[in-house]
Amino acid sequence: MSSATDTQIEFIDISKSYDGKTMVLPNLNMSVRRGEFLTLLGPSGSGKTTCLMMLAGFETPTSGEIRVNGESVHNLPPQKRDMGMVFQNYALFPHMTVGRNLSFPLEVRGMAPEERTRRIQRALEIVRLEGYGDRRPGQLSGGQQQRVAIARALVFEPGVVLMDEPLGALDRRLREQLQLEIRSIQRELGVTMVYVTHDQQEAMTLSDRIAVFNDGEIQQVAAPETLYEEPVREFVARFVGDNNLLRGTVQTVDGEICKVQVGDGLVEAFMVEPLEVGARTVLAIRPERVVLSPSMEYSNTVDAHIDDMVFLGDHLRVHVTIFEQPDFVVKIPNFIGQGGILPGDSVRIGWTVIDCRALPDESP
Amino acid sequence: MRNISLLSSLLLAAFSATAAAQTLTLVSWGGSYGRSVERAWVEPFIEETGIEVQIEDYNGGLAQIRAQVESGNVFWDVVDMPTPDAVRGCDEGLLEFVPVEELPPAPDGTPAAEDYPPGSRSDCAGGGIASATIVAYNDELFPGAKPSTLEDYFDLDKFPGRRGMRRVPVVNLEFALIADGVPLDDVYRTLGTDEGIARAFAKLDTIKDQIVFWEAGAQPPQMLADQEVVMTTAYNGRVFNAQILENQPFTIIWDGQVQEASGLVIPLGTPRLDIARQFIEFASSAQSLAAISKYISYSPTRYSGNALVSTHEDTGIEMAPHMPAAEQNMRRALHSDWVWWADNRDEMNERFAVWLTR
Amino acid sequence: MVNPMTDKRLRAALLAAPLVIFVAVTFLAPLALMLVRSVYEPAVADSLPATLNALAEWDGRDLPSEETFRIAGTEFVALNEVRALGSVATRVNRLQSGMRSTLLGTARRLGNDPPAGSWRDAMIDGDEDWAEVSTWLAIRRAGERITPRYYLNALDLDRGAAGEIVAQPEDRRIYVSLLWRTFLISATITAISLALAYPVAWLLAHARPARAGMLLLLVLVPFWTSLLVRTTSWIVLLQNQGVINDLLVVLGIIADEQRLSLIYNMTGTIIAMVHVLLPFMILPLYSIMRTIPPRHMQAAASLGASFWQSFRRVYWPQSLPGVAAGSLLVFIMSIGFYITPALVGGRTGQLISSMIAYHMEQSLNWGLAAALGAILLLLVVLLYLVYNRLVGVDRMRLG
Ligand SMILES: Nc1ncnc2c1ncn2[C@@H]1O[C@H](COP(=O)(O)OP(=O)(O)O)[C@@H](O)[C@H]1O
Ligand SMILES: [Mg+2]
Repeated sequence: MSSATDTQIEFIDISKSYDGKTMVLPNLNMSVRRGEFLTLLGPSGSGKTTCLMMLAGFETPTSGEIRVNGESVHNLPPQKRDMGMVFQNYALFPHMTVGRNLSFPLEVRGMAPEERTRRIQRALEIVRLEGYGDRRPGQLSGGQQQRVAIARALVFEPGVVLMDEPLGALDRRLREQLQLEIRSIQRELGVTMVYVTHDQQEAMTLSDRIAVFNDGEIQQVAAPETLYEEPVREFVARFVGDNNLLRGTVQTVDGEICKVQVGDGLVEAFMVEPLEVGARTVLAIRPERVVLSPSMEYSNTVDAHIDDMVFLGDHLRVHVTIFEQPDFVVKIPNFIGQGGILPGDSVRIGWTVIDCRALPDESP
Repeated sequence: MRNISLLSSLLLAAFSATAAAQTLTLVSWGGSYGRSVERAWVEPFIEETGIEVQIEDYNGGLAQIRAQVESGNVFWDVVDMPTPDAVRGCDEGLLEFVPVEELPPAPDGTPAAEDYPPGSRSDCAGGGIASATIVAYNDELFPGAKPSTLEDYFDLDKFPGRRGMRRVPVVNLEFALIADGVPLDDVYRTLGTDEGIARAFAKLDTIKDQIVFWEAGAQPPQMLADQEVVMTTAYNGRVFNAQILENQPFTIIWDGQVQEASGLVIPLGTPRLDIARQFIEFASSAQSLAAISKYISYSPTRYSGNALVSTHEDTGIEMAPHMPAAEQNMRRALHSDWVWWADNRDEMNERFAVWLTR
Repeated sequence: MVNPMTDKRLRAALLAAPLVIFVAVTFLAPLALMLVRSVYEPAVADSLPATLNALAEWDGRDLPSEETFRIAGTEFVALNEVRALGSVATRVNRLQSGMRSTLLGTARRLGNDPPAGSWRDAMIDGDEDWAEVSTWLAIRRAGERITPRYYLNALDLDRGAAGEIVAQPEDRRIYVSLLWRTFLISATITAISLALAYPVAWLLAHARPARAGMLLLLVLVPFWTSLLVRTTSWIVLLQNQGVINDLLVVLGIIADEQRLSLIYNMTGTIIAMVHVLLPFMILPLYSIMRTIPPRHMQAAASLGASFWQSFRRVYWPQSLPGVAAGSLLVFIMSIGFYITPALVGGRTGQLISSMIAYHMEQSLNWGLAAALGAILLLLVVLLYLVYNRLVGVDRMRLG
């Protein structure tokens, strides 16, 4: 593993507007470490592709600077940036065989034929498509085409590989399989990867770090566990995994702990960043961290009315009303002895202060 | 375009066969000549007889008539046709005979048979209008000495500059021989020999580099006006129009003019033979022929018609000096020999085409 | 009991029937007729059975017998009386210039004044062509029902006295060189159209929709302008004293005496025809290019290819079906073009079509016109087959 300080790519005060009026990216700062798998995660239209295209050289930033290995790439055309790119719809050249597709980046670099053959062979092995060199892309399944696209982006051993929703067009099973493959290839080759997806599951599976995008702004950059456990923005809390959100007002502050008025109840929460008394806040509580009939250690307990219960195999989703607000979700693992509750029942639920994060309220 | 008019006339013919059997279809050349035909013949004819007349345009040739006659579906009733085509169509049995006895006598009672110059008429044609191919030039381009003879057209030393010429052998071979000194009477005899043909082409060779070829009758006056050429062969009627109606500074060299006649014919088997004959009789009178020359400078072929030529209907100018058959324009004039051309046209066209590519 | 399958087929057949009939009547039938006409010429054989019968025995070296003269003379007169000799005469005249007046004149003379003694002497007295063996050979040859002569003529060949194939005299060899020129000019027009159309089609295919719409409109304007208007504007632009030459002189690029000949020659034909045919190149290109994802060029660039490498290796091969379709279309249309070269082609810009039109409309030599047309057709079909081999017609798009 490379050292954390070895930065390969930096976005410095980047802004981007396509039409000169609306800012797609108002002010972006981000860095990618050498050998890292960084995923840009965010809903559609949040500026991920734009980001990637600027890095690849197909779009120019309106202002700011992108540096690779410490040097500005502003004047480098795409073909000189040494970045392998995998597009969403593969962009394989339909008139060339798989072998020729892979050969293309090597030929334009003037590589000797024997070396080319060796590299192509190796790349096909990596994506487990040995023997497909003579097929045309049209004769391959979607998954196979995507593997070819990956192989083509790797075969010339670029310093960075960029992928823009490469699995978006595939069905779930295939997607999950390819996710694992992409991850193991990247780990094996140690290549720096910038990966775009709107699928948080995918981002979790693959990434060393995830940059969460919303509306052209980065909400949080962190490792998957951190992102899940310690969201710092309401958007992240909402976008990554399930979360119950309760809005309220800070009543008292004590170190990192605060008490928040939610409806007619008072909830104790952990502050992600310092909040003033009287500030509006939103509390994020993961459904799986809520327990039924809490014991005494739970600092927050509250009476809940069960509205609905959904059986989902490995767990039960229980929808309850607390503080007179419906749709608070409790996730109960499916193990023997659980249950004995029915819709309409009143139960007591609870969670610890550590599992209740008070975030700045971003609602308008 | 032509196919559309063909189709529409087919439809029209089918329609009128049931609705109004008595509409005469007259086929002529369009343009300013077509308008003269309309004003001089068609309007008075409708007034006199009450018969409807439908006018259509064509570009010459026998192809459409042959197609109609052979298919037995004739929808052209009277066609205004150059004499060489009329003679050929007559020979090939595509046209009705028009007996000269049925044509009206001259105003003084001379029978029509004696009123037409010999050889000017096909056995299948009435009417009779003569036009001329002449050389015309733009005055402004000759501030000093002005060309005045056909020889001058071929003389690049005396009168440098480009010449317009129609891209066909007809008339041009005659021009070449006349300008090369062949007497009028010997022109076609000379053309009948290989040496004569070679001589004609050799004469054309002397100006070949300076020739701008034209195709449609409207082109030469335009080329003169644009000063694209200094001199050009042209149809005299077109030049007249430019001179008189558009005030262009053009002059016609009548010397060496070649006259071609046209007549009115009836495709064999028209279901409206009666009114077709009636129209030809109407249009063949000396008065009717002379009426054409009120609108355009083409001469009646009938002697008696020529005597009636008066003034231009719209401008009032005296027409006589502008007529091909006017005496002062006839000092050196050749009548195109349709027999010779009927025999030799294909071969001459091939040779001319070869000459063009060389 | 109606089998639903048959019913369906029947309905399909009925739906297609009008088009099939239309194509058969307006295209296939005339085409077949044309091909027949190019080798089959029964008019003379049907009109002169007795004469041809008598000539069949003839050795072709000395003049025919008195008997043959009599049979022929009688037949000419009889035909002339029913106005059927003219079309025979026209046809014989094609084999030997002058035969028209020889035949018609002789028939007229013999009809007015039937010979009392020798028909041979009477006919030769009236027209000495009858003393020429070639005259009789021409009649005999014109009497062949199935004849290769139109094809021979179309290839500047003829048959000699003994029926052997010989070249036409040099001053009548026109069709082969015209065919070549037609092909050369058409190829040039195709190449220029392609060069001009390709970037435009590229813009159309990859510009933003609003801009592409405007451009497409501009491309289509020539379609909506009458040929005469266009011709006039070409003349205004291109002629010696025209806008372009004036401009060049004013700008001092050429001297006044060096004005360029841009019209009434091959250059004129090429310029005008490129203008007319450009849309037929642009539209197929455009329809193919629209299917080429712009991503491909980006992908190539990200793989390290320069613009030209990307274009040559990635874009161009994918646009080939459009290139092929457009080129084929423009080439075939140029070969048949008629009016534009007639108006602006002058001396050196004429195509074979002008000759075909001449034989269709003026000389009425439909057999020769048909043979020329058939040769063109054959060449076009060959070309099409070659294209099909190279590109595959199923991959070709016409717009
Ligand atoms: N080529 C372009 N021209 C104009 N606007 C664009 C272009 N590409 C993207 N946009 C706009 O920029 C915003 C961000 O788009 P994008 O970067 O594609 O987001 P994402 O990849 O996250 O879905 C969107 O509002 C989109 O409409
Ligand atoms: Mg995107």
